[in-house]
Amino acid sequence: MIKTDALIIGAGPTGLFTAHQLKLIGLDCEIVDNLDKIGGQCIELYPDKPIYDIPAIPECTGEQLTKSLINQLKPFNIKFHLNERIDEVKNSNNKWEVKTNKGTLFNTPNIIIAGGVGSFEPRKFSVKDCEKFENKSIYYSIKDKAVFKDKTVSIFGGGDSALDWAVELSKNSKVNLIHRRDEFRGAQSTIDYVNKLAKEGKINLFTKYQLKEVKGSKNLESIDIEHENKEVKNLKTEFVLGFFGLIMQLGPIANWGLNLNKKTINVDTEKFETNKKGIYAVGDICNYPGKLKLILSGFHEGALAARACFKLARPNEKYRFEFTTSSKTIKSRLGVKDD
Amino acid sequence: MPKIIYIEDNGKSHTIDISNGLTVMEGAVQNNIPGIDADCGGSMACATCHVYVKEDWFNKLPKKENGEEDMIDMAYEPNKFSRLSCQLTVSDEIDGLVVQLPKKQA
Repeated sequence: MIKTDALIIGAGPTGLFTAHQLKLIGLDCEIVDNLDKIGGQCIELYPDKPIYDIPAIPECTGEQLTKSLINQLKPFNIKFHLNERIDEVKNSNNKWEVKTNKGTLFNTPNIIIAGGVGSFEPRKFSVKDCEKFENKSIYYSIKDKAVFKDKTVSIFGGGDSALDWAVELSKNSKVNLIHRRDEFRGAQSTIDYVNKLAKEGKINLFTKYQLKEVKGSKNLESIDIEHENKEVKNLKTEFVLGFFGLIMQLGPIANWGLNLNKKTINVDTEKFETNKKGIYAVGDICNYPGKLKLILSGFHEGALAARACFKLARPNEKYRFEFTTSSKTIKSRLGVKDD
Repeated sequence: MPKIIYIEDNGKSHTIDISNGLTVMEGAVQNNIPGIDADCGGSMACATCHVYVKEDWFNKLPKKENGEEDMIDMAYEPNKFSRLSCQLTVSDEIDGLVVQLPKKQA
């Protein structure tokens, strides 16, 4: 059981800056994120897209912003739990007991949800019966490529993941690559290489096709794919891989008894607290009159939620507002010399 | 004010007056039309405001910009009349536009 003053859900810009605010006022915190890396939507959705409305930063990409925020956290030793999703939250003696999908347990007076639009999950096939074969013959990510050796693998998608795996698996497997149009959006060098492998017969390329049906009783035996012009082809295949990127889903948060408004959580604008004492929501996931889904709003919300955490984490102390420019205490926390 | 007609997957039709300059996505969200999620808020980063444009309207719309087709790859059951409604700006030219909403967005 990990005890901490505050647990932050979500390692996007809002979660990162909220951690900074908590550490400045002398509270410790840990961060959980379902992605395998730090940065949230900034790193997953638009690492290369420029952002123009971060105060004092005329232009930066999602990746640069993430790097700067991580850099800003350097004075502090913050534990990240990546690849983990919070599944259960329950109250026990005025504290929250929190459990992740990997079984990590936390005990904390404060939970700050900085979860964007929820956790990122792979987009799945919509075709009937795909669920039945999921994680047996149909995969949305690859953990062990050895299972595909000498088998037929049908890969769907047009981005880098689909192309990279088509190239990699073509070394030891029979590969079908199926995409809904005839342009791919991966790196040009990979696209050229895939086309070369297709010419050499090492990859069977099917463009303007989509999955129509999966067939098989116990194991997957074959699939039907349908062309834009409605022509149907049957492909014998032992495995199907789908690479359609990630979708954001609120996930288990929906079951914690919070006051939801569509996919957002209602909060007050003093503490950014939800209807549950000690659970706050900041950034894109929170909702209040006038809410703007801007990164800068998340920073403000996190700063206020952090102050609210102080009360519950240090019930016998009084919070005193201080500036980083002049406070000796804060400077020592930051590890900078006071002059 | 231009009218935009949203047809849900179950056939239910909504005719909504939308101010010029808003997007077809914003028009749906502000009027609580079910079936448009718009998770990313209109930054062309999520493909959850996906619509099918009625065939006769499809070619009258401004062409897709860079990146929209890439995002449509991610959409739920896209077809050749697929557009992201956050990229369709309402104007007098598209008064009467009919968009069909997919069964779901993800």
